[in-house]
Amino acid sequence: MMTTATASRYTAEYRNIGPALPGKILPWLQQLRAEALVHFSAHGFPSPREEEWRYTNVSAIEKKLFAPVLGFVPHLQTVNAQWLKSYQLEDAWSVVLVDGHFSAEFSILDGLPETVSVMSMADALTKQPELLETFLGRAVNNTEHGFIAFNTAWFTDGLFVHVPARQVLEKPIQVLHVATQADVMSTTRSVIIADEMADVKVIETFAGLDNSYLSAAVIEAFVGANADMALYKMQCESEKAYHFGGTYVKQARDARFTHYNFAFGGLLARSDIHVDLDYASECELNGLYLGIKRQHIDNHTRINHLKPHASSREMYKGVLDDRARGVFQGRVIVAEDAQKTDSQMNNRNLLLSDDAEADTKPQLEIYADDVKCGHGVTVGQLDESSIFYLQSRCIDEETARNMLTFAFANEMVDKVRIKHLHDKVLEQVLMRFPQEGVKKSWL
Amino acid sequence: MLSIKNLHVNVGDKPILKGINLQINPGEIHAIMGPNGSGKSTLAHILSGKAGYDVPGGTVTYQGKDLLEMAPEIRAREGVFLAFQYPVEIPGVSNIYLLKAALNSIRKHNGQPEVDAMDFLTLIKGKVRLLDMDEKFLYRAVNEGFSGGEKKRNEILQMAILEPRLCILDETDSGLDIDALKVVAEGVNSLRSPDRSFVMVTHYQRLLDYIKPDFVHVLAHGQIVKSGGAELALELEEKGYSWVEQAAA
Repeated sequence: MMTTATASRYTAEYRNIGPALPGKILPWLQQLRAEALVHFSAHGFPSPREEEWRYTNVSAIEKKLFAPVLGFVPHLQTVNAQWLKSYQLEDAWSVVLVDGHFSAEFSILDGLPETVSVMSMADALTKQPELLETFLGRAVNNTEHGFIAFNTAWFTDGLFVHVPARQVLEKPIQVLHVATQADVMSTTRSVIIADEMADVKVIETFAGLDNSYLSAAVIEAFVGANADMALYKMQCESEKAYHFGGTYVKQARDARFTHYNFAFGGLLARSDIHVDLDYASECELNGLYLGIKRQHIDNHTRINHLKPHASSREMYKGVLDDRARGVFQGRVIVAEDAQKTDSQMNNRNLLLSDDAEADTKPQLEIYADDVKCGHGVTVGQLDESSIFYLQSRCIDEETARNMLTFAFANEMVDKVRIKHLHDKVLEQVLMRFPQEGVKKSWL
Repeated sequence: MLSIKNLHVNVGDKPILKGINLQINPGEIHAIMGPNGSGKSTLAHILSGKAGYDVPGGTVTYQGKDLLEMAPEIRAREGVFLAFQYPVEIPGVSNIYLLKAALNSIRKHNGQPEVDAMDFLTLIKGKVRLLDMDEKFLYRAVNEGFSGGEKKRNEILQMAILEPRLCILDETDSGLDIDALKVVAEGVNSLRSPDRSFVMVTHYQRLLDYIKPDFVHVLAHGQIVKSGGAELALELEEKGYSWVEQAAA
């Protein structure tokens, strides 16, 4: 029973830590945290015996006891500013979280429209507690699994965004998570609210120095009626890091939501993206996971079609080399009431070595009778006829293979329409597959 | 330019080509015609270096060199170009990227520096106009979502930019409507020159109305059963392939 043993170690420490966490004067939050702690103490982290965790064993996380960083005020002297800024986007507002704590020094928030709130979660708990009481914990429940309970109990900070009705934000908002210390955990909770007909783009970036650490970030996003939200996740954790990222989205009627999950880093990384769709809403989930060395990258998506006429499109691609393992579990659930649902889910995996592994499990659960739902899955190697085609166009075989591998991934990168982000994602892809074969200057 | 002598080609244990002899001189256009399954496409593939064929006998000499010894990309860099019957879609690689990569591979092979970006754009835009294509095609993924006609035009565009010495056109007319065929034929005709040769593999005589061959060869059961001038194609059109097949038997 290692799980509960680990849980009780964490729980025992909580007595010292709890009072230092934000929002301690808010009874509703204290109650939410207390419930989470009870749930976590009883169940611990998820185990592979749970169907939705069957391909991912988190016992490596349990074996370590990551320490929370408390009362930390990150500043230029303690953080490698140049490195941090290499992840910061131009032409975007940003909230920078260093080891789970807001850094006013690095964040860029000037010029925001007055009606729009973008701030750290700790600030928001002081300034907007009523709004948070309505939304925090409403897109995902503590009982979802151990990481959620863990996150609710321990979160130290996060991002808060509120865009009022009809407000269109021209620039994206970036929340940049950076991990600078070894053996610590950074636990953040974020809430993004787009009211009716609002339009907002949020970019989550995760980066860390070459240490072992745990990054556990949960976002709850609420897309109002006929609103637009795009959420980008660029996960570039260190090679030794553990990452759990959960994105839980509730879409009101006619709302549009697009998610991009670029899962590149971490030794063990798991992303959950769950979306609830109301009447005639649309969602698009895009994913690209690149695994090298001994990385294990797990992506778990769930799309709940709760009401009629909604549509969902999902495309996840994985490139796995060396001894890496990639997981895709995609569930689409169509409720009895959700007639005229239009849903398409695809997962394609490219295996570059004999030791790489892809586990893919698309699931359709359909309780309505008038729907259009499809799914497709491939796990394979590069297409020989494409290689020959390129050879017949003067390109040698090795370059052709590299070019096709890059192209397979680049198809997802090219979907990013924010230029500065596109370039950063592209840079990360090229960095991970640096073989001669793709010349950046020709792209 | 190209000399094929007593070429035998097998797929597994099955003989496909059974002793082909063909001499192609600079500037000539040769049409290889024949019924389905006669080995026409195999001939195009073996010349371009596609894997999966055994050559138990015969030789293919290209510009004095043993063509069969060369890797496909070396053949391409030496000036052999295959226009595919079914051009492959390559999502994620833009047309312009592929063209740059191909052209620069040839230049490197010939000891030349990479093409200047501005010169390249000028070159490519001229060729795009020649083939009546939209410039947007350059920035789209190679053949992805192209119609049959667009794919074939794209093949000819690549040919126009790479300026090969030996162009092999594999069933270029199949799947083309008459307007697309005319555009493709004009593109090919504009590339005719005294030092460039063409091998056109085709099932249909129609293509030869627009690209006039110097020689027509009829392939049946893995052998060239009849050779002649452009008029042979018309005779085939009139009488069908059974006539030559029987004549050969």
